[in-house]
Amino acid sequence: MTKIKKQKIFISLIQSFPLILLFFLAFTGFDLNFFIFSNSFSFNFIYILIFYWILKKPDRLGYGLIFLAGIINDVVQNFPIGISSINYLILCVIAAFIRNRTLVPSLLYDWILFLIAILIVSSVNYSILTLVFSFPIKYGTLMISSFITFLIFPILTKFFHLINIIELKEQNAK
Amino acid sequence: MASDSGRDDFIIAIRSAFLKKGNRQKFSLFTLIVISILVLSLEYFKSGPVDKFRSITKDLIFKGSFFISTPFVYINKNYYKLKDHLEMYEEYKLLKQKNYNLESLSNENKFYKTEIKKLNNLIAEENIYSKNYLLSKVLLDQQSPYLKSVIINKGFKHGIKLGVAVKDKSYFVGKIVNVNVFTSRILLASDLNSKIPVIIEPSGINAILSGKGNNNFAELEYLPKNNNLKNGDVVYTSGVDGIIASAIPIGKVFINEENKYVEFFVDLNQLQFVKINY
Repeated sequence: MTKIKKQKIFISLIQSFPLILLFFLAFTGFDLNFFIFSNSFSFNFIYILIFYWILKKPDRLGYGLIFLAGIINDVVQNFPIGISSINYLILCVIAAFIRNRTLVPSLLYDWILFLIAILIVSSVNYSILTLVFSFPIKYGTLMISSFITFLIFPILTKFFHLINIIELKEQNAK
Repeated sequence: MASDSGRDDFIIAIRSAFLKKGNRQKFSLFTLIVISILVLSLEYFKSGPVDKFRSITKDLIFKGSFFISTPFVYINKNYYKLKDHLEMYEEYKLLKQKNYNLESLSNENKFYKTEIKKLNNLIAEENIYSKNYLLSKVLLDQQSPYLKSVIINKGFKHGIKLGVAVKDKSYFVGKIVNVNVFTSRILLASDLNSKIPVIIEPSGINAILSGKGNNNFAELEYLPKNNNLKNGDVVYTSGVDGIIASAIPIGKVFINEENKYVEFFVDLNQLQFVKINY
């Protein structure tokens, strides 16, 4: 295989990384959790993934595919089918809105707005699940999960940013 | 004037976020949110063609999920294998200390079984639960602090019914909460939403076993105020709900300060094959 061909494959792999990760997380229901003093905590990886990529490079994740990932996530996690799609799409709306309004992007600004975004999404999620479906969900656990997702946002943002830089380097080298 | 233009910018940004498709987007967010709401409203149809379609979709997604998770399941299985291997010597020492007399225990068990049969005949008690069971393979293991459930490769085509008990060997694991054509979902006894009616022996106290999101133990709720539970008392399903069969052993009581917990007999992290009453 020629060097150019290898490079092309590598670039397309890097470009489709967010999509591969999104479907991997949706299909496996992969929930990163950790223990602190024998209490288990988890965070929502998909929220960070969608928010970051819609904010920075919206053409990497298609809205239709995000909708599909939501449906898959609902089936795997045993939620009413369609609820995760609504959550993800609301997150997309907020991210797209922030993108339209932002002139000088900064991590701190994104981080605070991400908190507002996940609070809105969690509220919608909780309201639909409890009021419409009488789904047994604990408000405290949902809020803890949202807060941990908010705390982890900068770390994953740095990681995604690194992938962005690798992609740019490869494209420049071409 | 300035506030008017600011408001216009705000409205334009919202409209653009909802309706603009972007370079490679086929649908606007507004269209997809409307479709999501329509899909969500289909949840109200619990029977008929919509339900059948939903079951088939779930089956397909579970199969896809099973294939994608295969490498991780393999790693997980080997991790527990290694852990068991490393702990083998400690376990051997513990078993040696306990010095079980299996033959005498087996005879005692036979005696109690005959005694129960006689007593049941005396009070004309009929066993309403089927003794038939299906052996099923665990396809997916959904374990997070908020969801403790597993997917198995048997559905209503194989005669699985909603709500029935699931066992690993002869111990209680959980109950069926969702049945599709070829797959079903088991809600483990450790799940936050799991509530199982139980009886604690030898005192004969009834209670509810409530999952705590931890795969090692669950909590006993609705106990009488003056109960005399002791560490090591055995907890069984009581069968008062009329769906879960009675007398399936679940675990042993352990008391921690004010709270009473049940340590499961089964390691819920390592389920591979389960038995389902049908």
